[in-house]
Amino acid sequence: MLKLTDVKKSFTQPDGSEFLILDVPEFHVAPGEQVVLVGRSGCGKTTLLHVIAGISRVDSGKVRIDDWEITLLSEAECDRFRAQRIGYVFQTFNLLPGFSALENVLLAMRFAGGRPDKARARKLLDRVGLSHRTSHRPAMMSVGEQQRVAVARALANRPKILLADEPTANVDSGNQQQVLDLIRDTCAEEDVALVLVTHTPEVAEQFERIDHLEEFNRAGVTA
Amino acid sequence: MSLWKIAWRSIRQRALASALTALSMGLGVALVVAVLVVHAVVDRSFHRGGEGYDLIVGAKGSPLQLVLNSAYYLSEPIENLPYGYYREFTEGEFAPDIEVAVPICMGHSYRGYRVVGTTPEMFSELKYLDQRPYQFDEGENFEAENHFDAVVGSTVAAKTGLTVGGTFQAVHGVVEQGGHVHQQNFNVVGVLKPTGTPNDRALFVNMEGFYQIHADEHGRDHSDHDHGHDHEHAAEKDDQRQVTAILVCIDRSTPGRDRVVAKMINQGPAAQAAVPSFVIAGLFEGIIGNIQLVLLLMAVLIVVVAGMGIMVSIYNSMSDRRHEIAVMRALGASRLTVMVVILLESILLSLGGGVLGLLLGHGLIGAMSPAIAEHTGVAVGSLHFQAIELALIPALIVLASVVGYLPAMSAYRTDVARSLTATQ
Repeated sequence: MLKLTDVKKSFTQPDGSEFLILDVPEFHVAPGEQVVLVGRSGCGKTTLLHVIAGISRVDSGKVRIDDWEITLLSEAECDRFRAQRIGYVFQTFNLLPGFSALENVLLAMRFAGGRPDKARARKLLDRVGLSHRTSHRPAMMSVGEQQRVAVARALANRPKILLADEPTANVDSGNQQQVLDLIRDTCAEEDVALVLVTHTPEVAEQFERIDHLEEFNRAGVTA
Repeated sequence: MSLWKIAWRSIRQRALASALTALSMGLGVALVVAVLVVHAVVDRSFHRGGEGYDLIVGAKGSPLQLVLNSAYYLSEPIENLPYGYYREFTEGEFAPDIEVAVPICMGHSYRGYRVVGTTPEMFSELKYLDQRPYQFDEGENFEAENHFDAVVGSTVAAKTGLTVGGTFQAVHGVVEQGGHVHQQNFNVVGVLKPTGTPNDRALFVNMEGFYQIHADEHGRDHSDHDHGHDHEHAAEKDDQRQVTAILVCIDRSTPGRDRVVAKMINQGPAAQAAVPSFVIAGLFEGIIGNIQLVLLLMAVLIVVVAGMGIMVSIYNSMSDRRHEIAVMRALGASRLTVMVVILLESILLSLGGGVLGLLLGHGLIGAMSPAIAEHTGVAVGSLHFQAIELALIPALIVLASVVGYLPAMSAYRTDVARSLTATQ
């Protein structure tokens, strides 16, 4: 379903030198599989998610999702592909503050190019337990509620894969398990593959497959 | 959810800054609207004054002064013409080409409004604007044999309270400058309906009475005051009478005859003939038009500066919104989409300001309309629109697109990965 081959990604540092952050010979995720990605800070976990999502372009190598070689797509095609096939849950939720919970979900549908499906958006918000908060803006919701909206938004376009970047890091301990269960359960229900980045051992140990980035990122070895 | 709605939500997010930005644009547009409407009012006011006759004949001198004095009751008369010269238009050299010739005599006032000595043909034969006949709101035209009857314009009636049956005494010159009040009363027999011409602001008396009040005071010594003109005082005999100007309608059965008659008059030694529309057009092109163009340019510059304000406002907000834009991009919005959202935001602010400006501008015009009507005779209401105002809408869209381009490009170039990680 997801397959990375010989992916390299580097950044230009302020002094002009190149810093290699990713050198991944191979990484793959099967359809519907749930993978947790762990590693020390700065080892390239977020960058890896960005590369998978097409937010960051690789220097070399291939990123394949289903039959699509996204490294060959133009930027506009990649944007559309991301909107339609990839869900993304951020550590800081990143809900758009001027829009209600329902509109945040609809907005994701709008950017995917299709006709926003209000019924599905409401169903998703109902699924994450926010049917009574659809018209509320992010500032009017708790942190846990915001993250649940973010999950609903990530699943709005029936993605093939959900990328979650430390989704429980900013959620209070009482809500962490609830958010995690929500992500895992909804992914399972919708048959969506999941790649979840975390620093929290209690979160990681709940997954059958735990990948340590440093173990397959050769850049991490030399960094 | 349309991109318009996304842009609108973004504006609402920064409600105060957006409102102030739109207000600055609104004030600029209000100024443009005011200049456009006032321009039209001045234009109509001036062009109306000279309609209704073909030529104004007066003493040699400045054609502009002749027209301003005779048609608009501004400035001072140049000199007077002998009454006999007027007769050339009724039964002499020019008579075959003349449809109607109406003499006017000036030099008197009443409470600041000009008193014009004339004949009943002023209202029975002459027309105004598009060949509209003069109509009376009250009473009727004065008769030739009733020497001390008078007709007053609508503004004069409204401002002085003169109505049919009322009387007034003409002032020779200006009282404050040493002029004196003639003791003879003139009886108001008619009040004109508003015409939107300078005639609304004048009083018209029978020319015979006009001559007679001078004859009655023939012995009076006028050396102690200056009444602003140089006419010989009254005379009842034709060879002593004078007229300030003659309003002439040419017989149109022979095309181009007006130019021929004007040329004949101008080549003679006694008088000049001025075509009001030409003189006024020259005045507009030479002076008033330029002033109004400068005013309009200044108003447009204010709108452009307000447009720059929109650019600065949106551009300054970009640093705060870079993360928001990055999120939209991460959700799948293309570079072009976020660029269009910013441009739409600029357009909405401009159009919002534009609509506000139109309302403010027309509200201002509406509030000023009584004063405008009093001073120009042109009735203008808050709903008095100029066709050119329609051009404001596309002009504002173009301006908004231009000033929105820089922040839109900034949004276009947002580095998504960097902006997302900057806040993680």
